[in-house]
Amino acid sequence: MAKELKLMKGNEAIAEAAIRSGCDGYFGYPITPQSEVMEHLMVEKPWETTGMVVLQAESETSSINMVYGGAGAGKKVMTSSSSPGISLMQEGLTYLAGAELPSLVVNVVRGGPGLGTIQPSQADYFQAVKGGGHGDYQMYVLAPASVQEMYDFVFKGWEIAFKYRNPVMILSDGAIGQVMEKLYVGDYVPRWTEEEVRKFAPWASMGKPADRDHNIITSLELDSAKQEKHNHKLQAKYREMEEKEVLFETINCEDAEYIFVAYGSSARIAQKAIQLGREKGIKVGLLRPITLFPFPKKQVAEFSKKVKGMLAVEMSAGQMVEDVRLAAEFRCPVEHFGRYGGIIPTPHEVLEALEEKIIKG
Amino acid sequence: MTEEIIIAGFGGQGVLSMGKILAYSGAMQDKEVSWMPSYGPEMRGGTANVSVIISDERISSPIISQFDTAIILNQQSLDKFQDSVKPGGVLLYDPNGIFNPPTRKDINIYKVSATEKAADLGMAKVFNMIVLGAFLKVKPVVTEEFIEKGLMKSLPERHHAMIPENLKAVQTGKSLVEAVHIL
Repeated sequence: MAKELKLMKGNEAIAEAAIRSGCDGYFGYPITPQSEVMEHLMVEKPWETTGMVVLQAESETSSINMVYGGAGAGKKVMTSSSSPGISLMQEGLTYLAGAELPSLVVNVVRGGPGLGTIQPSQADYFQAVKGGGHGDYQMYVLAPASVQEMYDFVFKGWEIAFKYRNPVMILSDGAIGQVMEKLYVGDYVPRWTEEEVRKFAPWASMGKPADRDHNIITSLELDSAKQEKHNHKLQAKYREMEEKEVLFETINCEDAEYIFVAYGSSARIAQKAIQLGREKGIKVGLLRPITLFPFPKKQVAEFSKKVKGMLAVEMSAGQMVEDVRLAAEFRCPVEHFGRYGGIIPTPHEVLEALEEKIIKG
Repeated sequence: MTEEIIIAGFGGQGVLSMGKILAYSGAMQDKEVSWMPSYGPEMRGGTANVSVIISDERISSPIISQFDTAIILNQQSLDKFQDSVKPGGVLLYDPNGIFNPPTRKDINIYKVSATEKAADLGMAKVFNMIVLGAFLKVKPVVTEEFIEKGLMKSLPERHHAMIPENLKAVQTGKSLVEAVHIL
């Protein structure tokens, strides 16, 4: 595959990846800090080249329901927003999960609660991985830590979404959305033809041929026995994801006595804190969950048997740390360090927190 | 080599685009780069700043709080970032509008009268490139050849006719920079 070097913001990388990955439709409503997603699409005008639809809806509620409609027809469709907009979409997300519709939703998180701030935050972890909408459902949640991953995870998102017939969320934040870094882009993947949609999404509702029954897209089932059966099917799917689709990265962990657990931009800050710590002789490494659901529980459990302590670093008051503690099962101390409301921790603060909360203990 | 830089001034001075040209030039020279703007409800006349990192290695955090070099274009930014320069680092400033000059004794301080020079030469549009030239004289983190390539890549084609003037401004900045306090 030909690789071309670009310098782009994380938000622009999402849009570039949408066009290059054969996305059929993007529906969105502007909100800081992710407005460059739609801006870049409007500059590139993919409707003139790949035929991709780009539409500014009248609200986020409308965007997510356009995604539902497009996904029901077997199309690769997506939306993006930031925290308050994603809150408006929660009904749509649980419907997408219930109706088993492949789809891609990008959340470039900002500080909350409420309208909050426009600065970066990671306080939407619970909403993303524990279900912000109602019912027992899970999204596959990817947490990019670079502009390259913003791009790559759009492709990964389609793969998982269609493999499992499930909504996928890219949970980013204002820092990764706004930062500009080097990006290598690949060739254009063509959009699926009608024959390909019939082949890869045989469940899609796109006109009934004579040789099969109606394909019905719904999340409604009034017969509770059938609804429980449907839930069993969904749960089996989520367990399979936990079995097969966990992604994570370890950095400087070979000799580590202490571990930072951090995702997204916090993982980048933690890497700098590792450099500072190692200059002082502190053997510290990083476990970076790349998928937040499924969470790398086994890896946390493994480390909890080997290290003297773990510090979960996140731009929230303490959300992911709960999953770290559950997986560590008290085998080692697990503490949390966070700044929030749009404040980004400095690498020095992170290292100090490790020294205070874990090493001095 | 890792160079961590903050460029700060008024919105409209070309702070963000100077950072972008520097980042592009670094990328063209096969370095790792990051460009992290302060984004916010900012407007023309308000303050704007951007952190740029140029490195031979993979960049850990694009978000940094201490800098090898601070390029300062107004008093508010000087007040805000003077203390964030690492000991032994560089502070480069344009004295235009600076009524409280930098006071630190543990860093290298340079000034470039870019606002004045740009006005004299009628080159107000490339003011930021004069400042960039001054920086490159002090810290040659990218070579001139790649500044040209960076300009080609970062400017839309309709502005490519402006590239020679931009490069001339870089030269002007290189000869204009003055040492104020050297360790």
